[in-house]
Amino acid sequence: MERYTEIRWHGRAQQGVVTAAKLLGEAALREGKYVQAFPDFGPERMGAPVRAFNRLSTEPIRLHCGVKNPDVVIIVDPTLIAGGGVSQSPLLDGMKEDTVFIVNTPKGAAGMRGALGLKNGEGKVYTVDASRISLEKIGRHLPNTAMLGALAKVTNVVEMSALIENFKENYSKKFSPKVVEGNIGAMEKGSQDVKGE
Amino acid sequence: MEPATKTKKQVGLTGNSAVAYAMKQIDPDVCAAYPITPSTQIVEDFSSYYADGKVGTELITVESEHSAMSACIGAAAAGARVMTTTSSQGLALMWEMLYVASGLRLPVVMTVVNRALSAPISIQCDHSDSMGARDSGWIQIYSETVQEAYDNLFQALRVAEDARVLTPAMVCMDGFITSHAIENIALLDDSEVKDFIGEYRPKRSLLDVDNPITLGAMTLQDSYMDFKHEQSKAIAGAKAVVAEVGKEFGERFGRSYGLMECYRLEDAEAVVIVLNSAAGTTKVAIDRLRDKGTKVGLLKPRLFRPFPHEEIASALAGTKAVCVLDRADSMSGFGGPLFSEVRSALYGRKGCPPVIGRIFGLGGRDYTVEHAFGVFGELYDILEKGKVEKPFGYLKP
Repeated sequence: MERYTEIRWHGRAQQGVVTAAKLLGEAALREGKYVQAFPDFGPERMGAPVRAFNRLSTEPIRLHCGVKNPDVVIIVDPTLIAGGGVSQSPLLDGMKEDTVFIVNTPKGAAGMRGALGLKNGEGKVYTVDASRISLEKIGRHLPNTAMLGALAKVTNVVEMSALIENFKENYSKKFSPKVVEGNIGAMEKGSQDVKGE
Repeated sequence: MEPATKTKKQVGLTGNSAVAYAMKQIDPDVCAAYPITPSTQIVEDFSSYYADGKVGTELITVESEHSAMSACIGAAAAGARVMTTTSSQGLALMWEMLYVASGLRLPVVMTVVNRALSAPISIQCDHSDSMGARDSGWIQIYSETVQEAYDNLFQALRVAEDARVLTPAMVCMDGFITSHAIENIALLDDSEVKDFIGEYRPKRSLLDVDNPITLGAMTLQDSYMDFKHEQSKAIAGAKAVVAEVGKEFGERFGRSYGLMECYRLEDAEAVVIVLNSAAGTTKVAIDRLRDKGTKVGLLKPRLFRPFPHEEIASALAGTKAVCVLDRADSMSGFGGPLFSEVRSALYGRKGCPPVIGRIFGLGGRDYTVEHAFGVFGELYDILEKGKVEKPFGYLKP
């Protein structure tokens, strides 16, 4: 039976959520993995909740359905959790006992557990202030690359070196050296700063 | 951890980007297109190749899909190698021109990124669009993955332009599920593509002024039917050419293609038949059920037009129950289009298994491994009870 790591990204349109899934897929492919990266498309509105998905495996991937029971949930926009007018169930939907949650927030992981409505023992929660990191490193609010760094640190789905090499190789034409350096800096800082409970 | 060499030379591309890249490698003489979701990115990427001087194509940006197909027809009649792409309402708007392209025997090649038809409006995947064009005289090849969508385009071109065929072809892939998903794909070198597709030299064209011809003339009762008979024989004959080209593709590049893919079908009692991406999900379900000792299998038609009726019927010999999954409803009150064709192919055959039809996945509704389990469960119910209670209907959500 094939084994997949399934990842679900939550954010809002224009926050680079779809790009984050793409970058992760490309980096994992560099490592010799089979990958899928796909968005959950709906009507396009700036600020609307957006989801994107990854499936990563050491075998060819044949599944072509949505990700139902994610191994990792990455919450790029913390306003989706509280005060954002969106109920939390989409974030916890289909979670397993050991699902890893990585949240972009200045708050600690223990506090986030409560905010997400997770009981003790349910899932594993990590936090990183990816918004602040992106403003410092890139000069814009694009928390996706810092979240990728955090993901590489707390899971073994991808190596930091693959994320960085892929970004250098494939995005140096598209972005200025400053933007490339900023994003790589954000990945590294995200990896350093992410903390669990 | 598997060695990293396993996916060496592979890249990650969406279905749309892979098709646009294939079009760049083919470098057709003319592309006339009007972008529509979810095939928009093909036209966007190809426009970039055009703007960057990477292709010698004449790119005609038209004001509608009707015009896109009309321009393709004009260019193909003039002797050009012509490609385009569309989805959903776009294909529907091309409808009358589809018949002109096939009736004039012009080998236009079009990628159809499958999407539901309005109303109600939906931008998501189903096969209502290409199934609506199933009687338009176009060859239809369906693709499970990004890799297949890419490989099929080169093969469709070879088949369409073959002097024995001279019939337009559409290559279909699932909207969003394939068109917008990044997957591993192995790309061919430009030189490999050039060698495989060869140069297009039509025997007859309007620009060949030394050998003037008439195209699309008025035909009366004495000849219209004979034109149609010739066309009918040509598309039926395309089946052999599709098989031949698929085999050659495999010999050259290591990925063989037939008229259909049979997955764990040899000793299967219960079989699902389905097109495009849902076949992959069904394979995963089959492996899990096989691990528990059930004899289940899949038949994935790759070629739908012309319909490989003999090959499908032969492949199903020995099976005990079949479910055809249709991602389109023909609104006939008698199941979906693939269901009708498969049942008709089996009719009159000795030991014909019971065949049921289920409509699934309309407007992008997800089709999961659990859905496939449910379908196989229904088939085993039929085997246990010895009768079919519901021959066709909609798959439960």
